[in-house]
Amino acid sequence: MPRVYVSSVIDAPAERVWAEIRDFNALPRWVPAVAESRIEGNAPGDQVGCVRAFTLKDGGALREKLLALSDFDYAVSYSILESPMGVSNYVATLRLAPVTDGERCFAEWTAEFECEPARAEDLVERIGRGVFQPAFDELKKKFGRR
Amino acid sequence: MVEIVRSTVLDAPLEAVWQLLRDFATAVPIPVADAVGALEGGKDAASVGASRIAGPWRERLIELDERNHSLRTCLVDSPLPLYGYVARQQLRRITDGEGTFWQWRASFATDPYREADLVARVADEVIAAGFATIRARVARTRASSSLPSVSRVARASAPVARREEGPIETSLVMVSRHGGPEVLENAQANVLPPGPGQVRVRQTAIGLNYIDVYCRTGAYPLLTPPGTPGMEAAGQVIDVGDGVVGFLPGDRVVYAAPPVGAYAGVRNVTADSLVIIPDGIDDETAAAAMLKGLSAEYLLNRVHRVRAGDRVLVHSAAGGVGLLLCQWAKKLGAVVLGTVSTPDKARLAREHGCDYPIISRGTDFLKPVQDATKGKGCDVVYDGIGRASFLESFEALAPLGHLVSYGQASGALAPFDPAILSRKSASLSRPVLFHYTANPETLRAMAANLFAAIGEGLRASPRQRYKLSDAARAHRDLEGRRTVGASVLVP
Ligand SMILES: NC(=O)c1ccc[n+]([C@@H]2O[C@H](COP(=O)([O-])OP(=O)(O)OC[C@H]3O[C@@H](n4cnc5c(N)ncnc54)[C@H](OP(=O)(O)O)[C@@H]3O)[C@@H](O)[C@H]2O)c1
Repeated sequence: MPRVYVSSVIDAPAERVWAEIRDFNALPRWVPAVAESRIEGNAPGDQVGCVRAFTLKDGGALREKLLALSDFDYAVSYSILESPMGVSNYVATLRLAPVTDGERCFAEWTAEFECEPARAEDLVERIGRGVFQPAFDELKKKFGRR
Repeated sequence: MVEIVRSTVLDAPLEAVWQLLRDFATAVPIPVADAVGALEGGKDAASVGASRIAGPWRERLIELDERNHSLRTCLVDSPLPLYGYVARQQLRRITDGEGTFWQWRASFATDPYREADLVARVADEVIAAGFATIRARVARTRASSSLPSVSRVARASAPVARREEGPIETSLVMVSRHGGPEVLENAQANVLPPGPGQVRVRQTAIGLNYIDVYCRTGAYPLLTPPGTPGMEAAGQVIDVGDGVVGFLPGDRVVYAAPPVGAYAGVRNVTADSLVIIPDGIDDETAAAAMLKGLSAEYLLNRVHRVRAGDRVLVHSAAGGVGLLLCQWAKKLGAVVLGTVSTPDKARLAREHGCDYPIISRGTDFLKPVQDATKGKGCDVVYDGIGRASFLESFEALAPLGHLVSYGQASGALAPFDPAILSRKSASLSRPVLFHYTANPETLRAMAANLFAAIGEGLRASPRQRYKLSDAARAHRDLEGRRTVGASVLVP
């Protein structure tokens, strides 16, 4: 099963970064690839089970479901319901962990999915380099140096 | 159970850090030991289940996960009360750079009053020290770009469990025959290294207690001359004997327990009777408060459970135990009556929570007690005077009252007919602190209550201070009713 793993260190306490990203509807604020987003049925962005429908700047449209949200672990998991990427059983988790010897936090984003074997490498690259890493870069820019 | 989570970022690839970390024999310092220990049984490779030993510490590897870059260890033997200590370490790659994220979680249970101290020690002396060790080795490895060194790693700041070899000379007080204060003589002696289960303590303050007088005169058969009196002191651990768990050199400790021998600069004490002094309580206060404070604790909570509204009579209310009984009974919501011999002592008792100080010398307090309680009498009477006050204390009881006769400053109780108790269905207790503290668990719980009470404002500092070599003068003052509150002897 193809797996994406991207991680980084952000120059702000975990709770501040978490406040920025925990809203399931907040993607346009910090994921550069995303153009706009809304939560279906007007549900709040922290209601586990809610679905976000969003469009990418390249025109693609996706629907993703919130599977788990933990303010204790600073972690969010979600699955893709519909996308133009040709993946199935896609589940991703984004998690923050404090770095206790400084005002920083460690951020990691993993995704696992199924697809045609020939496309796996390209998809891992596109998701990791094309979506996750630019989002981390955006957070690093928002939260100071580096 | 407390959990400590600490984490850091190392500027090295995950593989390099993991290679150092997974080598259980040499990687991470055992808590608070001065150096990394040897693997048990001479094993050379770390396998799950392996133990390593450093001094009194034994740590076992109970999980190693190469895929997840994590490992788990537990402490099998430890000289500190880190019960159920389990630590998990986890590495994560930082993909947008060359770094590694390292998280360390430790959990353990301990005695409540030691928790803050031990959390700080584990965080600093284990985890932060572990981070620093590996960080330095990663840097060294990268600088020399050779294989990681697996030599012993000394740590800069960790305390060293050093053993003082040989006897230590000390000054002390000797009694070569029972008698008056003049039998207290200054002398010198050698204190041998601690035997099994013992701790050698360099004492900084010794508590003066009325029981020391009974030992000196022979009224209590606790000191057979020649011997050294004293049952209470505070100080620092010098070294520990075989099988001692929970104490390290340098720990501040206090005790209030037989056998006698506290009137000395250095002595050996049974580890079971020692309690760690919390930060925020100085040695002199600990030495002044331990025996008298534990007495107040058990007299008010265990011998009789004082409740809000109870009328409590405290004899010698300005004495060592007396001032603590007044303050603590007041805090429990009792109405506090007390007897003292002088107006100055009455003032002092009042400042310490005594609502009705009565000036009397162990007799003639019945009328004032009746007046203050509107004829009802007292629910409990704490009587440390003994012979002189006993019968009148009984008269001062309310129906169903409890007479707690816990001392005999005026002499042993005269024979009496227990049938008098039936006149008011009264109870009589003749309790002794050391029976209540014989179980180390109970002792720890009582000490925790006492330290908490001091933390909440119970005033327990000594009000007289004598040089240890002036012990005879201290005894004269105590017996001559010239002291108030607690007194300490300083070696
Ligand atoms: N059973 C236990 O577990 C236990 C534990 C600790 C202490 N104690 C007992 O509690 C009592 C108090 O101990 P402490 O160390 O705190 O001593 P203390 O009360 O500080 O000193 C003795 C005081 O007792 C009073 N007193 C009454 N009659 C006396 C007499 N005939 N001779 C001398 N003093 C007399 C004096 O106060 P006034 O001038 O106000 O009369 C004197 O200041 C002692 O009897 C001690 O043995 C018992």
